[in-house]
Amino acid sequence: MSRIFKVLILSLFMTTSSIAGSDGENELSKNTNGQVKDCFEGINRAIFSFNKGLDNLLIEPIAKGYRQLPSPVRSGASNVLDNLSSLITIPNNVLQGQIQTAGINTGRFIINTTVGIFGIFDVAEKMGFPEYEKEDYGQTLGVWGVGPGCYWVLPVLGPSTIRDTAGSFINVMGGDPYYNISAHGNNEYLDKSDYMLTKTLTGIDFRAKNIETFENLEKNSMDFYAAVKSLYLQDRKRKIANTKPSATIEILYEGDADWEEIETQ
Amino acid sequence: MYKKKYFFFFLLIFINFIYINNSFAIDPYSFVQETADRASEALNKRQSKEEKMEILKTIAKETVDIRGIGFYSLGKHRKNMSDQKKEEYLEIFNKYFLKTFSSRLAEYTDPRIRVDSQKKLSDKYTMVSSTLLATDDKPEIKIDWRVVTKDPDNPLIIDVIIEGVSLAKVQKEEFNSIIQSNDGDINALLKNLKIFVEKK
Repeated sequence: MSRIFKVLILSLFMTTSSIAGSDGENELSKNTNGQVKDCFEGINRAIFSFNKGLDNLLIEPIAKGYRQLPSPVRSGASNVLDNLSSLITIPNNVLQGQIQTAGINTGRFIINTTVGIFGIFDVAEKMGFPEYEKEDYGQTLGVWGVGPGCYWVLPVLGPSTIRDTAGSFINVMGGDPYYNISAHGNNEYLDKSDYMLTKTLTGIDFRAKNIETFENLEKNSMDFYAAVKSLYLQDRKRKIANTKPSATIEILYEGDADWEEIETQ
Repeated sequence: MYKKKYFFFFLLIFINFIYINNSFAIDPYSFVQETADRASEALNKRQSKEEKMEILKTIAKETVDIRGIGFYSLGKHRKNMSDQKKEEYLEIFNKYFLKTFSSRLAEYTDPRIRVDSQKKLSDKYTMVSSTLLATDDKPEIKIDWRVVTKDPDNPLIIDVIIEGVSLAKVQKEEFNSIIQSNDGDINALLKNLKIFVEKK
């Protein structure tokens, strides 16, 4: 019963938020080729500043400390987190109709969890499995034709869209087997705090891998908020198109006639 | 007999003309590899960051379509600008671009780029795919280069796409954000560019 209630609240929330900045056109109803609307820009910028302050004060120093750990420890931790993420990727592969990829990722998960000792070692990669690409429920909604809705910035968690936030909610509403086992599994090995710890570590691992990139971007941006927004939305667009970065790169320029109009050379 | 002789003579000249014309056309694949190697060599030299930045600026002037990127970054606002304003903008954009370009790259040491393939998008553009090879600390990164080939003898880079993210597009959206938040006033962008260029 409570799950149905959560789904209802989420649906209502998605609908009202998408209408809020839509000029009468429902942005969730279709894939948009153009700009994603920044419906709450003032609030978003304030939350972005708060997140930046939190990052300077807490997250970046922790990430820098994490970087001091020996390389095998970091890569082991990163492998474990990637392995756990397959539990979300596999059902999303199925939902997106990628049955073969779902099979490959299931094989990878079994091998890395057993032979690779809970995923510490990426044995599957050494065996020649194809490169692992993460999938999530936000991407699946996008593949199904749900538009991004408004762009917004979440406290602590950072950039997102209404669709992607809804996708994250699906994780805790039964879509993430790891969450189900740790929060509702009724077992002596895992509880909700383990799930939270894993998610925190995932964030720190990501931040540690991108320390220089963020520093460089901030230093060379005149509007850091706009630059981060553009990075996030382009990355999501590519992921939803399920393309390799260099495969069909034209997706990036979809709906952008400026290249053809400019006076080049 | 004479007619036949003249025919072959002109045919020979025509073939030579085509050959000469094509022999100077630069393949975008080789152009990107050569440019990446030049940048890599500059970054490997034992010299100060400022000296490296100067070399990188020279490379950018020769291999990047700065004017094209400048116009692209303006997006729809370009259409409302006078020619004089455009010239003013291009002058400051040139300085801005060279500063950010060299500053971004100067952070790297010993980057190794392998060019993998190329794909012709139109008569005007070719996309060249490459990989920034992994190091002990960093994973490999896919980099695509949009090369403008309107003049085949002088191909120029007009966008760099890192792991699917177009840097020209990021810049365009950043500029648009500044103009929009100043009620569409292009002078606000020019002012911000000047401040950025003068900033140490």
